[in-house]
Amino acid sequence: MSHADTHDHDHDHDHKPKGFVKRWLMTTNHKDIGTLYLIFAFAMFILGGALAMIIRLELFQPGLQFVQPDFFNQLTTMHALIMVFGAVMPAFVGFANWMIPIMIGAPDMALPRMNNWSFWILPFAFTMLTATFFMDGGAPAAGWTLYPPLVLQGGKNLAFAVFAIHMLGISSIMGAINVIATIMNMRAPNMGYLKMPLFVWTWLITAFLLIAVMPVFAGAVTMLLTDHYFGTTFFNAAGGGDPVLFQHIFWFFGHPEVYIMILPSFGIISEILPTFSRKPLFGYVSMVYASAAIAFLSFIVWAHHMFSVGMPFGGELYFMYATMLISIPTGVKVFNWVSTMWKGAMTFETPMLWAIAFVILFTIGGFSGLMMAIAPVDFQYHDTYFIVAHFHYVLVTGAVFAIIAGVYYWIPKWTGNMYSERLGKIHFWWSAISVNVLFFPQHFLGLAGMPRRIPDYSTQFAEFNMWSSIGGFAFGLAQVFFIWIVYRTIKGKGTTKATDRVWEGAKGLEWFIPSPAPHHTFQDGEPVKDEQLAHVSSH
Amino acid sequence: MAILTDYARHKEKLEGKKSMNKTTKSCNKSLLGFIFTVFGLLMASMAHAEYGINLTEGVTDFSQEVYGLHMIVFWICLVIAVLVFGVMIYSMFAHRKSKGVKPAQFSHNTTAEIIWTVIPILILVVMAIPATTALINMEAPRQLDENGKAVVDEDGNTIPIQMEMTIKVTGYQWKWKYDYLGEGVSIISSLDKLSNAARQANPTVKLEDVENYLLDVDNPLVIPVNTNIRILLTANDVIHSWWVPEFGWKRDAIPGYVNEAWTNVKKVGTYRGQCAELCGKDHGFMPIVVNVVSKEDYATWLSGQKGGETAEVVAPISSDETAILAPEATVAEVVAEPIEWTQSELMAKGQEVYNMECATCHQTSGEGIGETFPALKGSAVVNGSIEENIKTVVFGKEGTAMQAFGGRLTESDIAAAITYTRNAWDNTAKDAVQPEDVKKIKNS
Repeated sequence: MSHADTHDHDHDHDHKPKGFVKRWLMTTNHKDIGTLYLIFAFAMFILGGALAMIIRLELFQPGLQFVQPDFFNQLTTMHALIMVFGAVMPAFVGFANWMIPIMIGAPDMALPRMNNWSFWILPFAFTMLTATFFMDGGAPAAGWTLYPPLVLQGGKNLAFAVFAIHMLGISSIMGAINVIATIMNMRAPNMGYLKMPLFVWTWLITAFLLIAVMPVFAGAVTMLLTDHYFGTTFFNAAGGGDPVLFQHIFWFFGHPEVYIMILPSFGIISEILPTFSRKPLFGYVSMVYASAAIAFLSFIVWAHHMFSVGMPFGGELYFMYATMLISIPTGVKVFNWVSTMWKGAMTFETPMLWAIAFVILFTIGGFSGLMMAIAPVDFQYHDTYFIVAHFHYVLVTGAVFAIIAGVYYWIPKWTGNMYSERLGKIHFWWSAISVNVLFFPQHFLGLAGMPRRIPDYSTQFAEFNMWSSIGGFAFGLAQVFFIWIVYRTIKGKGTTKATDRVWEGAKGLEWFIPSPAPHHTFQDGEPVKDEQLAHVSSH
Repeated sequence: MAILTDYARHKEKLEGKKSMNKTTKSCNKSLLGFIFTVFGLLMASMAHAEYGINLTEGVTDFSQEVYGLHMIVFWICLVIAVLVFGVMIYSMFAHRKSKGVKPAQFSHNTTAEIIWTVIPILILVVMAIPATTALINMEAPRQLDENGKAVVDEDGNTIPIQMEMTIKVTGYQWKWKYDYLGEGVSIISSLDKLSNAARQANPTVKLEDVENYLLDVDNPLVIPVNTNIRILLTANDVIHSWWVPEFGWKRDAIPGYVNEAWTNVKKVGTYRGQCAELCGKDHGFMPIVVNVVSKEDYATWLSGQKGGETAEVVAPISSDETAILAPEATVAEVVAEPIEWTQSELMAKGQEVYNMECATCHQTSGEGIGETFPALKGSAVVNGSIEENIKTVVFGKEGTAMQAFGGRLTESDIAAAITYTRNAWDNTAKDAVQPEDVKKIKNS
């Protein structure tokens, strides 16, 4: 078998560093760093999920049974911070590290030592952030949006949270610089911009968003810090400051931030759907432009998070119109995905199932997003469970589903082993059903008048909360099952060896290297061949 | 009615669910039984849905407009969803490899791409027009005729509606204060005692026995029906948000800001809402209750408030700008206080005030909750000089959760509460604070 030969050959010339410290702590290899990012993100996903389980446990029925209100606020705040900055963002950086150099035919990331640093900051940042749980006064409890003046009432945790956010920001910016430098400088000969896989494109755009907004967030939290410790009054009305100013700055960061979490998902889905439809991606160029349009719009719609704050009429009108516009490029994407499937020859392996669920469920989140763009109606939706349902549809059944789809899609390439298709499908159906039991009723709760971020509720909300909690526990358990599936795949238990191509319909450079991907790839600088690529645009 | 909890109906439904479970128990062993149970629960939820699945139509013109807009956008989304998902699902069944389909190789179609860019733009315009009108009706309300068309004067300009009264809403951690501007009436409105007892970790009252659990207050806001009411919103400590779903809007109450909204309720009744912006520990426990009464009943109620002997009644204040921006400074106390209180009077009153106002953070035991809500038992402030102690309570502590109580509680209440804390638990101060002492520091 020629494949086995390549495999042995790799082992001889892999030059993997020996020993745990040299291999992992001191690594500059994009694949190893990608693996570290993914493992870290998964650990944070489980931690953030555990907090969510306590939240759902408390909300299982009315009355206070398990946690006190103050601790409940710590749970919701930390759940969000951990999921956003610890799970979803690092997971996408993990994908970027693993796949971008391979997809563009580069030997590694452009700045490998910085790459090591940008990962190894993260465990320290999150140790600092989660340590606040064990301090006097507990963890931050003002919501992940950290609105003053409430956040300034917190104790020591504010300083820890702010420094943790600074570290996360440094990590993200370095990661983004690395992605941009790699894509701009390290493409193999004949890898033009409009031949790059869409995943590479969406990450390029995401990286620019990160560089643009992370410093803004760092500035906002630094002002919180000086307000709290050094007597400034940026956000204190009594000293001539303005509490609403923080919200503007925060959401100027916060809205691009949500696209930072969704654009790479679009990329992953745009890789998976053509593979299993055995048909080129529909509208490649319009996909690129739509992604860029979404990124641009993300900078000019921030105040739709603040319709109830009492903006001037003209401001409300502008932010309503601008926000509605987002549905145009997003709609183009959805239509393109459906057209990609149309008249293909589809098969439904696990990655495809997750990708299709992504398209449907993310679109449901998009619809509720459009509803909330309508400012006068948002006066009702704002800060209720309707928005909780909305952002969990776009972030869980959106971003997280795309991450899981990507793991199933590329794990044969990473490990050299096929995952168990049977277990993967069980995982999918279990998750897809439970996640809807978890989040769909929250639409009803919000419309019926249940505010978000409350530890206890009136008895009229009891049924749907119980449903939601049951769905939550089931969905949580399904992800523990996922750990087991991934573990078995890595260890090669009950699995078969993966071929180099892995998927019948797969195109792109990653499918022309051996499985598992050798420690070093594309070191010869050979031009890529058009026939290996999924998109060879004539534009 | 979304937020109007009908406890009786809820109970009925709970019992209904119980009996449904009973009927399914006999066939519980089979899978069929399980399916039945799930189905039964689902049905129970459906029965429940009659008062909690959709946005309320509410009781104001604006809320009805919002409801209509909500439904339009919802139906548009639903139609698009059916079309897009329909195509997708059809494709998933028709275009499978297992059916021997050969994949097509097309990768773009300019006509289709133009169509599905232009049509959504048109749909957005269709949504934007009524949305803009609704926004005008909230933010710059004009007089409308019976058909909902704006009335214009001879120059063709629209005429703004006249507000007939103004209520100032102030958010506190965790209660609401309502000032009837120009009337000299103020109300402090907090979670009712029964709900408060039932929501504790080890409740003394079962929440099933509380009517309108967590949606009831001690002193509701009372407003007249069919009246244009300007509502000004601000806050004393952190940001809150005042929301009664039946009125169709929520608006943030922000320290240092005076936000404006308005309403005109068309139907007499009791309407309930909650704070909608995370405002700390007891954010979930500061409901809003508005009693909308006839204009006659309102007039009677108002004069009762003015002549009543409750401590909440304060001297009339003018409704000029300064009063709106800094009413606490202009509120003079008219309640006659005994000159000198005895120690036992102070202690009795103090315990009452402490449990109402202070115990939610500092706890009944005086042990507090961590660093954010420090213990008063053995506290340096409480066991230190009386002056510092009074200052802390009256002016609050910048940058912490300790708020200024000077504008909210009477001097006698503050004196009593401080006396109580200096004597309760194992505290060593063992002295008394008189209302006069508080007054001196307050006016210093």
